[in-house]
Amino acid sequence: MARKLLLEHINVPGINTLEVYRQKGGYAAVEKALKTLTPDEVVEEVKKSGLRGRGGAGFPTGMKWSFLAKPEGVPRYLVCNGDESEPGTFKDRYLMTYIPHLLIEGMIVASYALGANTSYIYVRGEMMPQIRILEKAIAEAKNAGLLGNNILGTGYNLELYVQPGGGAYICGEETALLESLEGKRGNPRIKPPFPAIAGLYGCPTVVNNVESIAAVVPIVNEGGEEYAKLGIGRSTGTKLISASGNIKKPGVYEIDLGVPVEEFIYSDEYCGGIANGKRLKAVVAGGSSVPILPANLILKTINNEARLMTYESLSDGGFATGTMLGSGGFVVLDEDQCIVRNTWNFSRFYHHESCGQCSPCREGTGWMEKVLHRLEYGHGKMSDIDLLVDVSKKIEGNTICPLGDAAAWPVASAIRHFRDEFEWHVTNAQEAIT
Amino acid sequence: MLRVEETQQAVEFSAALIAKFDDVKSRYPQGKQKSALLPILHLTQAEFGWLSSAAMDKVAEYLGILPIEVYEVATFYTMYFLRPQGKYVLEVCRTGPCCLVGAEKIMDHIEQRLGVKEGEVTPDGLFSWRGVECLAACGFGPVLQIGPEYTFYENLTPESVDKLIA
Ligand SMILES: NC(=O)C1=CN([C@@H]2O[C@H](COP(=O)(O)OP(=O)(O)OC[C@H]3O[C@@H](n4cnc5c(N)ncnc54)[C@H](O)[C@@H]3O)[C@@H](O)[C@H]2O)C=CC1
Ligand SMILES: Cc1cc2nc3c(=O)[nH]c(=O)nc-3n(C[C@H](O)[C@H](O)[C@H](O)COP(=O)(O)O)c2cc1C
Ligand code: SF4
Ligand code: FES
Repeated sequence: MARKLLLEHINVPGINTLEVYRQKGGYAAVEKALKTLTPDEVVEEVKKSGLRGRGGAGFPTGMKWSFLAKPEGVPRYLVCNGDESEPGTFKDRYLMTYIPHLLIEGMIVASYALGANTSYIYVRGEMMPQIRILEKAIAEAKNAGLLGNNILGTGYNLELYVQPGGGAYICGEETALLESLEGKRGNPRIKPPFPAIAGLYGCPTVVNNVESIAAVVPIVNEGGEEYAKLGIGRSTGTKLISASGNIKKPGVYEIDLGVPVEEFIYSDEYCGGIANGKRLKAVVAGGSSVPILPANLILKTINNEARLMTYESLSDGGFATGTMLGSGGFVVLDEDQCIVRNTWNFSRFYHHESCGQCSPCREGTGWMEKVLHRLEYGHGKMSDIDLLVDVSKKIEGNTICPLGDAAAWPVASAIRHFRDEFEWHVTNAQEAIT
Repeated sequence: MLRVEETQQAVEFSAALIAKFDDVKSRYPQGKQKSALLPILHLTQAEFGWLSSAAMDKVAEYLGILPIEVYEVATFYTMYFLRPQGKYVLEVCRTGPCCLVGAEKIMDHIEQRLGVKEGEVTPDGLFSWRGVECLAACGFGPVLQIGPEYTFYENLTPESVDKLIA
């Protein structure tokens, strides 16, 4: 049984209230950090923990915090990324719904470590119920002296606000998120400069995913070194995996990084196997943006080693035979699913969500959607398949933000591993229509 | 192409609504009040059901910014309605993971039950529906939400949809 650092109390009745949360040891990390550690010591613990960004990029959180610029007299900001819009990913919504105080506790500790006195949790606008839950929890914390002026008598001040988005996947990209938080369209900025140098209102800013911020709580409570004992190699700690698709038990699971993929899919502790007695066909392991893998390659690497749920093992083999852990959105497809249809659906998504700033992304995603649509509906030509590969290559690496890559990879990988299915749609056009 | 609907109807913001605006505006540092724009547009839409040009002009006036700055934002984000909708807008997730577990069937069923196409309003003005992208609940699909509170319904079946509409 894996250790539950984030979800241990998720089923405790009333854990969404301050009272029950505190009974279960909640806000101990705030007490410990603010009363016994300096901000730099908190950063040091997070560095030691090896925690990597749970939003998808996996950048070491402690390192990002230590890069934060500290010019005299300029405010610094912590912004939590609760935009969660990557298809297949639903862990942050889950956490905010059921255990909101864990996020708020993490925000207080992280803001203290970074020297921020105003922090924002940016939540996608569709999550209005979660926004209300967080606002209620913030009010409770404030009443208890855990937010506001002179927190717990330590002299540290923090105001925490929830900001709703307006419905746009691209606002999960951190610089688009900051634009949106400034009241503008969500057009990503060119990086560098990274937000750590010039972020919200041009001030030094750290943007972190909901799960990353929540993980700071057990890290401070138990110490970074203890946290780093969980997991394998550079994939330390626990990770929330959102499991969906054709499995017996969809849901959010907290795993120790390093669980074998096969165990994750088939054991009763997690997904419980494929639904309706079907066979496994393919998996999108890290949210819609990462390459899709067929059953044989998701269970074993090309060297016939068991594939593990870690950043390194999932990417073993590069894009030729591997994929990425990404945001942990684990989507399982059974033998009845059509890869062409699934790929078309994802490409429609990226076309819809492109902000339109860069031509390769704006035009290329539209082309991919159009060509995939005609393949799926029986109007495609054999040459369309290579056309798709060509368009995906022209997008990849040629855009301001990684949404372009995220649109290209699913298409390129689907053709790489399932070319025969695309060809079938051309040669069996009549059947493809129905 | 999205465009802003012209209306002749004048719009008044009630004192209660302005009080909510003021509360939002206080969350940002001095001089950065434009940050309040997205939350204020949500509040405005919750009040009037959609965002008319007259309403957006008043928001611009309230925040001391140009109307174009408001239109720019309102046309970029998918949650803002630029024309009148049904009283209840059923928004069904149409993205990959939900389609693996039957979202397309649910949309067909809704279209058939309401008798209107995506984006259209039923004759009694009560309902409209549309497909939206992943709502971060893929493990509980198919799912739909209904504004302005964005009440959420999971693991939909044709029967549970019928109960909702009835
Ligand atoms: N959770 C979700 O819903 C989604 C997640 N993603 C994930 O997002 C990832 C891409 O995110 P990006 O932010 O573009 O990746 P990135 O690699 O540019 O940045 C990752 C983080 O590290 C920071 N960083 C990197 N280098 C830095 C430096 N030298 N100094 C200071 N800070 C630095 C960035 O500011 C950022 O916060 C993808 O890998 C994808 O998996 C994508 C779509 C949706
Ligand atoms: C198109 C796009 C969408 C993204 N969406 C999200 C998101 O919804 N949530 C998130 O935490 N990170 C998202 N990211 C990653 C963020 O840019 C950023 O890396 C992350 O918030 C940093 O937090 P972390 O280091 O804690 O992971 C997205 C990136 C891209 C390119
Ligand atoms: S890659 Fe696409 S989403 Fe990203 S900035 Fe360019 S056009 Fe916008
Ligand atoms: S795909 Fe429907 S909620 Fe994610």
